[in-house]
Amino acid sequence: MNCIVIDDEATARMIISQLCSNVPSLNVLEEFPNAMQAIKYLNQNEVDLIFLDIHMPDFTGFDFIETLKNPPKIILTTSDPNFAIQAFEYDCIVDYLVKPITQERFNKAIGKAEAKQNKPVTKASKTEKVESTSGNDLYVNIDRRLIKIDIPSIYLVEAKGDYIQVKTEDKNYTVHSTLKKIEEKLPDNLFLKVHRSYIINIKKIIDIEDNSVLIKKDVIPVSRSNRPELMKRLNLL
Amino acid sequence: MEQPNQSYINSLSGGDQAFKQKLIDVIKKEFPEEKLVYFNNYNAKNYKLAAENVHKLKHKISILGLEKGYEVAVAYENSLLEGSTNHKEAFEAILNSITIYLEEI
Repeated sequence: MNCIVIDDEATARMIISQLCSNVPSLNVLEEFPNAMQAIKYLNQNEVDLIFLDIHMPDFTGFDFIETLKNPPKIILTTSDPNFAIQAFEYDCIVDYLVKPITQERFNKAIGKAEAKQNKPVTKASKTEKVESTSGNDLYVNIDRRLIKIDIPSIYLVEAKGDYIQVKTEDKNYTVHSTLKKIEEKLPDNLFLKVHRSYIINIKKIIDIEDNSVLIKKDVIPVSRSNRPELMKRLNLL
Repeated sequence: MEQPNQSYINSLSGGDQAFKQKLIDVIKKEFPEEKLVYFNNYNAKNYKLAAENVHKLKHKISILGLEKGYEVAVAYENSLLEGSTNHKEAFEAILNSITIYLEEI
């Protein structure tokens, strides 16, 4: 099985590659310190198995899975046993390894991966409320000042923990708010939530690859569940 | 107090000395960086971010065979997520013990 390793910790990547080297049927093609690099790689390459860390900054393992249209088998590797239930909502996840991983436990996971047929991922569908408002201005509270932002100039909104980053043609604003709140204020003819952490201005798209869009210089992941809506909104030839 | 050890690393390396040394070198490089980020976030009272740093440091603690230390880290991570600093001293004592150990090996 051709596999890749995604983990922001170099020590973890090295350990997983070592564990793989003791299993003749495994061939580690690449290692990635973040999910975005792996997404770009998977746009061009096919793999049979992914070793995926859940807990990564900015972009979790679950965020990553959401971007995959037809995910290969995935083995989660984590220091946190609390995500096990969520993990098994995904058909593509064949096992869940808690670090530090022993060779014996690793081999068991590989046995499961080999036994499992590759199926597309299924997950309980979620409903997302998209509301629009009229008007071209949005006021955001920054350092106790209300700053006016021209809505059409916004090209990207990114969730960052308790904050959102609003990127416009001229300036970026970090605002203490949620993606859900701003989503309700943005007109739905211009804006679309393409991922649980991103809302994009569809007029600002430069190009679209399989599971990502390029806006300005930002490559933004598109969740599998949001992709049909995105494609519907484009003027396709 | 529980001391760091190489049981897991030895078992993983299966006698491959080159791999073992390379792994130790990576840990020696990553650990101080992760520790620094943790202290920066803690001192800035960014407890949520500090909890993420503790989460990452937990792996190094477990690799170095500190089973009780791992439990302390889990408890401390949970405390930080709740905005509390319970277990801070115990956790930082573990960091200190790893720092000394990595300087010696």
